Amino acid sequence: MSNPAATITIADPFRLGHRGPNIARGHGGGGPATKRVIVGYGFWLFLLSDIVIFACLFAAYAVLADATAGGPKAKDIFELDRVAWETACLLASSFFCGMANIAVAKRNQLLTQLALLATGLTGLAFILLESAEFAALHGQGYGPTRSAFLTGFFTLVGCHGVHVSAGLLWLGTMMAQFFAKGFRPDIGRRFLCFSMFWHFLDVVWVAIFSLVYLVGTRL
Amino acid sequence: MFGKLGWDAIPFDQPVPLIAGAVVVLAVLGILAWIVVKGWARYLWKEWITSVDHKHIGIMYILLGLLMLLRGFIDAIMMRAQQAVAFHAPGYLPPEHYDQVFSAHGTIMILFGAMPLIIGLMNFVVPLQLGVRDVAFPTLNSVSFWLTATGALLVNLSLVIGEFARTGWLPYPPLSELRYSPGVGVDYYLWSLQISGIGTLLTGINFVTTILKLRAPGMTYLRMPMFCWTSLASCLLIVAAFPVLTASLAMLTLDRYLDFHFFTNEAGGNAMMFVNLIWAWGHPEVYILVLPAFGIFSEVISTFSSKPLFGYRSMVAATLFICIVSFCVWLHHFFTMGAGGDVNAVFGIASSIIAVGTGVKIYNWLFTMYGGRIRFTTPMLWSLGFMTTFITGGLTGVLLAVPPADFLLHNSMFLVAHFHHVIVAGVVFAVMAAITYWWPKAFGFRLHEGWGEAAFWFAFVGFYVTFMPLYWVGILGMTRRLQHYDVAEWRPWLLISAAGVAILIVGVACQVIQLVVSYLRRNELRDTTGDPWDGRTLEWATSSPPPVYNFAVLPQVKDAEVYWEVKQRAFERERMPEEPDYEPIEMPRNSPTGVVCAFFATIVGFALIWHIWWMMIVGLVGAYATFVVFAWRDVPEYVIPAEEVARLDRENRAIRQRVLSGEAWA
Repeated sequence: MSNPAATITIADPFRLGHRGPNIARGHGGGGPATKRVIVGYGFWLFLLSDIVIFACLFAAYAVLADATAGGPKAKDIFELDRVAWETACLLASSFFCGMANIAVAKRNQLLTQLALLATGLTGLAFILLESAEFAALHGQGYGPTRSAFLTGFFTLVGCHGVHVSAGLLWLGTMMAQFFAKGFRPDIGRRFLCFSMFWHFLDVVWVAIFSLVYLVGTRL
Repeated sequence: MFGKLGWDAIPFDQPVPLIAGAVVVLAVLGILAWIVVKGWARYLWKEWITSVDHKHIGIMYILLGLLMLLRGFIDAIMMRAQQAVAFHAPGYLPPEHYDQVFSAHGTIMILFGAMPLIIGLMNFVVPLQLGVRDVAFPTLNSVSFWLTATGALLVNLSLVIGEFARTGWLPYPPLSELRYSPGVGVDYYLWSLQISGIGTLLTGINFVTTILKLRAPGMTYLRMPMFCWTSLASCLLIVAAFPVLTASLAMLTLDRYLDFHFFTNEAGGNAMMFVNLIWAWGHPEVYILVLPAFGIFSEVISTFSSKPLFGYRSMVAATLFICIVSFCVWLHHFFTMGAGGDVNAVFGIASSIIAVGTGVKIYNWLFTMYGGRIRFTTPMLWSLGFMTTFITGGLTGVLLAVPPADFLLHNSMFLVAHFHHVIVAGVVFAVMAAITYWWPKAFGFRLHEGWGEAAFWFAFVGFYVTFMPLYWVGILGMTRRLQHYDVAEWRPWLLISAAGVAILIVGVACQVIQLVVSYLRRNELRDTTGDPWDGRTLEWATSSPPPVYNFAVLPQVKDAEVYWEVKQRAFERERMPEEPDYEPIEMPRNSPTGVVCAFFATIVGFALIWHIWWMMIVGLVGAYATFVVFAWRDVPEYVIPAEEVARLDRENRAIRQRVLSGEAWA
């Protein structure tokens, strides 16, 4: 009675596009899945639950969008130019994150650090642009306390911003870990989770860009 | 320096909470002193507080749940006593205190009593039933537990420092907004639920991953024990529903702390949005609690009827049906709040349909017992008590699901009687059955039968005497949450109800005595074989209590009732299966991450409640530092050598071999 999982050699967990020696094909025939599958799967579930949080905030924004309480409407305050730059920064950041994935797969410390630095800097640029937008609105007296519409707007977009900021903190930790610990399997799994998180924030931003900014300036 | 916190936060003028708080503080200090004097502190720290073993975490969850169940029960006694005396009189609890008592009762019973008990049982049982060594993320599991404990700590802290919410267990705005609830009560509620809610969400993620990705070789979905299926359904609901709680509480928090306008009366806020959001979590929440309870009854009834579960596949289908439909009925909690006839009709029909899935289960349990050799042990008594009680409680639920009837019964004592009827019978009876059933597995000795049966009968009778009169006063027009009243027709029924509580108190006392007596007589109640009930699932294949790694070799699952089949074959051949090849086992190392995390979460929560901003920053920085330190560790696992595994397993096999050769039954 030997465990079949133990007889399979662990493939290089960093190999590009490799899913790991997953013998748990969903029906449980093969016994416990590999750590990389388990960690990735768990993190997917976390992202799904995070999407539910955003779904609630989107719903709240949709309910409150017309409740301007005599204050500004969406099309009075949204500046699509700035939002376009924010989008560009975030997409570029995801692109660099993809580059970091390749560098990690090649186990190149310098390229990994450079790509992650670029990921972080473009993410930081996004946060600065968003902060400038928020500060400008606040300066005009259109802060989140002005009306229910602005409450919903600041909370939804701000929640995404908080996620990006937390991601930057995580990114810094990740860079330090790659530097100090090298390309260890557990750090590789953490980086898998980080990249999923970073791309997930893009997906949420696409929804914010379309449903809040584009729809808001049209209606 | 200390925000809103001052000496006036301690209720020197109110003797009831002050004495209660003082007793609790003294008890805690006494226990701590006793531990230190006995020299157990190091053992507790190493084996329990920092443990990432799912069995230890499960037991700690259950201990927390039982303590909170007692705390909530004391609140219940206070309320029944108040309504018994407050006829044409103010009673002994002033309104602002009575409001806190019923709010704390609901919050504590659901979130800090029932949830830890159910999650604790999942923790202890699911990995054993799946035939694996631990959950998917053991350290995260410890974090979950300690965050739940943090929430419970904050709720109980409100007893002595400040006040608790006076808004009911779900803080509907605008009452819960800063303008109408300016004190810290709602803030205690918000932060304790927010912190423990994160813990629960992490548990949900952990267990869905465990059940879907971490089963013994050969255990396909349709070979999983029913408790694993119901735990899976419950955890899927947690992953989908708890973020809604997080989001809605966060919105209310922003309203209260930063003057936002989600639910305010001013500036376009929409209070009905909160009611919709909170019930989109709240309704699935009751199924998060009751689905694992259904799993427990399935295991108990099958074992003590000595038969496989009848209609296993229909049971799985009914579980998943309830799991999905539970998300489509939330509006029945507020039929009267203006959604309109058509919407009410849709939700009324959906609410009635959910009873179909439950009906399937009831019939399956009945047919499991039919023709079986039934042993009327304590867990079986709780199960039978559950079936009779839950059916009638469910029927009053179907009545409430009819919108025109609900317009008469909404927010009346009839509703109070209904949900206690299903939750007490469903969850509390299940937990009592489960504790008796799995106790020998956890501690190596059985619980005393006589005291357990006494506890059941007092609880069963006490339950009916307490809650049946409440249906009737509800029909007589009594609304819930009344601090005093002057309707003479209600009085006798409320007095009967108070008498019922007295019977319940005897039941609880029997339960406590049962634990003490069983501990004192543990040697004669010893379970040496690891299989005291002639069980059918994998947890009975290992010793009691199980070794830290659960199974010396991962079981190979070839059948729906793998352990039962192996056991029958062993009995036929009168010997154990061949000795397996033992290999070294890697186990996760214990980690203080969970308890340190909870320490900082307590600081952050307390600081936010009292607006002590510097302390909040200290707590957040500490939490981040904990995270980095944990991420930095190099050796997450330790290895148990094959010889050690072989030695322990051979002892277990020798005992079982003696049983097979007819030498001894435990």
